[in-house]
Amino acid sequence: MQTAIQHFPVLIVAISLVSAISILVAGWTNKKTPPFISITTVLAQFVASILILNHVLTKGPIHYWLGGWKPPWGIEYVVDVLNAYVLVILLFLGLTCAVYSKRSIEHELPQKTVSFYALYQLLITGLCGVTVTGDIFNMYVFIEIMSLSAYALIGSRGKIALKASFTYLVLGSIGACFFLLGIGFLYSVTGSLNMHDLSILLPPLYGNKMVRAAFVLFIVGLSVKMAFFPLHTWLPDAHAFAPSEISAMLSGIIIEVCTYAFIRLAFSVFSVNFLTLLPIFDILCWVAGIAIIMGSLLAMTQFNLKRMLAYSSVANMGYIMLAVGLSTSAKNFPWCGLTPALMHMLNHALMKGCLFLVAGAFIYKADLWNIAELRGLGRRMPYTCAAFVIAAISMIGVPPSVGFVSKLYIIFASLEAKKFAFVAILLVSSLLNLVYFWRVIETMYMKREEGEEHAHASMNSRDEIPLSMLIPVLGLASLCMVMGVLWLAGITIPILNKVNAMFGLMVVR
Amino acid sequence: MIEIEESLRPWLAIACPALAAIFILFSSKLPNLREGWTLLASIVQFWMIYSMVPVILKGTTIESYLFTVFPGIQFGFKVDAFGLIFAITSSFLWILVSIYSIGYMRALREHAQTRYYCCFALAIFGAVGIALSGNLVTMFIFYEILTVSTYPLVAHEQTPEALFAGRKYLAYLFTAGCFLLGAVVLTYSLAGTTDFDKGGILSVAIAPRSVLMVLFVFFLLGFMKAAYMPFHSWLPTAMVAPTPVSALLHAVAVVKAGVFGIVRMVCYIYGIDLMHELGLGIMLASLAAFTMIVASLFAIAQDNLKRRLAYSTISQLSYIILGVALLSPMGITGAMIHIPFHGFMKITLFLCAGSILVTSGKENISEMGGIGRAMPITMMAFTVGALGMCGAPPTGGFISKWFLGLGTLQAGNLIFLAVILISSLLDIVYFFPIIYTAFFAKSGGTTLRLNKGRKIKEAPLFMVVPLSITALLSIVFSFPNPFTDTILNLARMAVSILGGG
Amino acid sequence: MEWFIEEVFAKYNYWISIILMLIGFYAMIAKDNLIKKIIGLNIFQTAIFLFFISLGVVKGGTAPIVDEEMVSKGYVYVNPLPHVLILTAIVVAVSTTAVALSLIIRMYEEYGTIQEEEIIEKSRVKG
Repeated sequence: MQTAIQHFPVLIVAISLVSAISILVAGWTNKKTPPFISITTVLAQFVASILILNHVLTKGPIHYWLGGWKPPWGIEYVVDVLNAYVLVILLFLGLTCAVYSKRSIEHELPQKTVSFYALYQLLITGLCGVTVTGDIFNMYVFIEIMSLSAYALIGSRGKIALKASFTYLVLGSIGACFFLLGIGFLYSVTGSLNMHDLSILLPPLYGNKMVRAAFVLFIVGLSVKMAFFPLHTWLPDAHAFAPSEISAMLSGIIIEVCTYAFIRLAFSVFSVNFLTLLPIFDILCWVAGIAIIMGSLLAMTQFNLKRMLAYSSVANMGYIMLAVGLSTSAKNFPWCGLTPALMHMLNHALMKGCLFLVAGAFIYKADLWNIAELRGLGRRMPYTCAAFVIAAISMIGVPPSVGFVSKLYIIFASLEAKKFAFVAILLVSSLLNLVYFWRVIETMYMKREEGEEHAHASMNSRDEIPLSMLIPVLGLASLCMVMGVLWLAGITIPILNKVNAMFGLMVVR
Repeated sequence: MIEIEESLRPWLAIACPALAAIFILFSSKLPNLREGWTLLASIVQFWMIYSMVPVILKGTTIESYLFTVFPGIQFGFKVDAFGLIFAITSSFLWILVSIYSIGYMRALREHAQTRYYCCFALAIFGAVGIALSGNLVTMFIFYEILTVSTYPLVAHEQTPEALFAGRKYLAYLFTAGCFLLGAVVLTYSLAGTTDFDKGGILSVAIAPRSVLMVLFVFFLLGFMKAAYMPFHSWLPTAMVAPTPVSALLHAVAVVKAGVFGIVRMVCYIYGIDLMHELGLGIMLASLAAFTMIVASLFAIAQDNLKRRLAYSTISQLSYIILGVALLSPMGITGAMIHIPFHGFMKITLFLCAGSILVTSGKENISEMGGIGRAMPITMMAFTVGALGMCGAPPTGGFISKWFLGLGTLQAGNLIFLAVILISSLLDIVYFFPIIYTAFFAKSGGTTLRLNKGRKIKEAPLFMVVPLSITALLSIVFSFPNPFTDTILNLARMAVSILGGG
Repeated sequence: MEWFIEEVFAKYNYWISIILMLIGFYAMIAKDNLIKKIIGLNIFQTAIFLFFISLGVVKGGTAPIVDEEMVSKGYVYVNPLPHVLILTAIVVAVSTTAVALSLIIRMYEEYGTIQEEEIIEKSRVKG
């Protein structure tokens, strides 16, 4: 059994790839099978990822050498606590979206279900690959696999979605090229591509201009991919026109995996010592602060529901990067190090995933894109709207939801780092969140539909979405609250503390 | 020595409204069952809370913590005498207002009743949680739950005015929530804990004076629920809500949560000595005095009955703030007992306003000529409540104002005694015309009849009974009886622990 | 003059790379025609590939084929790893170009033009 689990990281990536091809083959004969193949695959991957997390927490990191070649000659897959945590989050959201998409895609893209699911599996392949790999060039390749699938999926609805996808393609490729250039710089001074190897070879070279330039290139390249202000401009268009489960994956996971890539590079390849040499993280904090405010302000001006949520994602990436920026200065348990950043990765995936799936439900049922058209939906689709309300108040930061816990931890981290401006920024952004989310909630519940005088309970006009779409939505919404209590109770914090200990970010008490 | 007892009773008390909210959601098709849940939960909750009284009066506190959020912050309850006063008020009045709501909502055939009862239960959940909480973080969590759960109640009517009122309500209270969160976090980083302690947890030793004073302002802004001026305007605007909502929430639970928070902050976070040292008592007292007088002046100008009562509430809340700002034992006692006494009297007034609305559809005082003759019980109860507001014997209001007056003498600030007296005079100025119009004014031929020509009679039984009970209790409070003694003893206990006379 | 020789001529591979990168970048941003944007992207990527490959140059090295005779004579080999990496990167670039071109074809079918401005105009009308 011990050797079996060593293969799981590769297996997760491989079965996804195999299932993408098998979906193409199977779909050629029978158009009904692709959703089931996809859901089964992602379910198997999710179970495997939980087993990996369990193994990593109890026994230690998993190392896998592709082809049996020892590093630094061969490509190595390393799964430690950070990887395993992100892997679980991404596969959970992937599973939820896969279940949700079955009905939704049949409705939106009836002729393209086969290709959709094949591409979806490729997307999951790319995401898993980025997460488990221990080689930076391999990471580049998987980022591109993930991005290419995303480009195709976003453009799958046709018409203006194609333009949005094209913009994302161009910008994303530029970002990836910067990333590649950074890899080139590092390779030219060290001659190695393995992350662990680099972390040994780099320390003497921290003063080298190539190394510093490489770091900047990494930041810029990944910022494009993770929609970090001011390189976020592709995100609102991509969200507005993509199918909703892809939006959920995009905001919930794709940009977050790029944040993970940044954390991995910053802490595993360039260690904490490098980060404290230059005031990079201070600048990062300030840019993140601006991202938070600008994202929230721009969200307030939108009429389209999904665009509004897209700008909200920009603001939330600001939260994560702010937390990353503070990670070297915040040392007191329990908000030390990377805990707030990683916590918000999970929380944002839950909340944003739920919000986008609900937006998709509105489009599925009634083709409603704009906020003003959502009048009276609270009565027609009560469960869906209830899920939206829960996720929205979670984003605003009402206790005891996950959004509140994230903000609480980040506030404490900024207080400890003596950067009081960020406390103010976080509180102001909560208020801004309130403004734009409450518009939607008010329209859903309080405004009456045209022609309705006194809002009598018209129960007969209830028109809820099908169960296979409703369960993921409600599941995510309830997790918003349940995980919040779990975070508050400190039950899941030890996982994140191990990450901190691994990177040397925690003061041992 | 304060002994500490571990008990599950706080959790049981909180669980009643929470479970009721869930059951109400599921019983939306069966109105009688749904109302039954509310009544059952309210009675069980009151019984739970009242059962904690003997324990507290012996001098022990009941503590029960669930988990640790951060080192030094545990999520849980610490029941002491002061918290119990607020909890008793809220839970008892929930019973009465629930009975009243049944009559009100059914008489008006209101929409969305399930949402109403469910949010009501959640609001009480929040209020009692605030009352029993043991530290700032727990209190903050319930505070925000209270804000969110009362929004659907304020915007219930779903008319444009109601939506506007709801938005204003959220805007004020959410901003307050942000300030409160900032204040709580700052307190934790200064003091390392947020527990309520009798001597206060802050001192000049741990932070410079300027920081402590800024922190005080943040706390004060965080407690905007107390509707002090100039942040009061959400309260009159929120009067578009159905009357039972205005009655409980805005006369008892929401605004009382605000003043409760202020008293907790002054006595248990800052401590009386620190308040003296920083001179914040005078500042707070001046704010309260200003609000008292100006709110009464505004009240005189209002014709809408509920708005007039809203400004009266704003004025009365400042009595509580003044009492605690005086920092003298009598003053603090007066403030603490004014919380329940004012609650009972104000609820009487609001319930009467509601029954007038239900039977005659009238909202403005100028139209209510002669209504006292058509609805004698209601207007008698109103008179009792009004007497209590003015501080006239034999109502409970007289007792609390007596204590407040003694408090000003004890603190040596005679100017505030003058303020109290002037304000009481102003109370008479705006309450007396209502009573006069109701009983003695001539009713024009049409005023005593509804539009359809039916004669106005007394309100339905479900509504008349609760308001009579509250009116009677307001009178009963001024005489020695077990209930009054309990409240007084709890207050005395709280103050003595704080280190007063 | 010496500085010129040292900085520019000696490091010509880096300069060519930079100039090509800038040309490609400019094309991506400034050109309206979508095909030209993709061409710009390709130029940009090619510049990076050239930079990478030139990193692997070893003075006087020959192709990295291991032959006992050449090893015993002490021949020096060019570093093959950058070549391999760039092969992978070329594959990625080709896939990206393929996806981009397919998007352009679809857009042409939909809007009848491949000028970016016109597409935005038409989308506003069409919705």
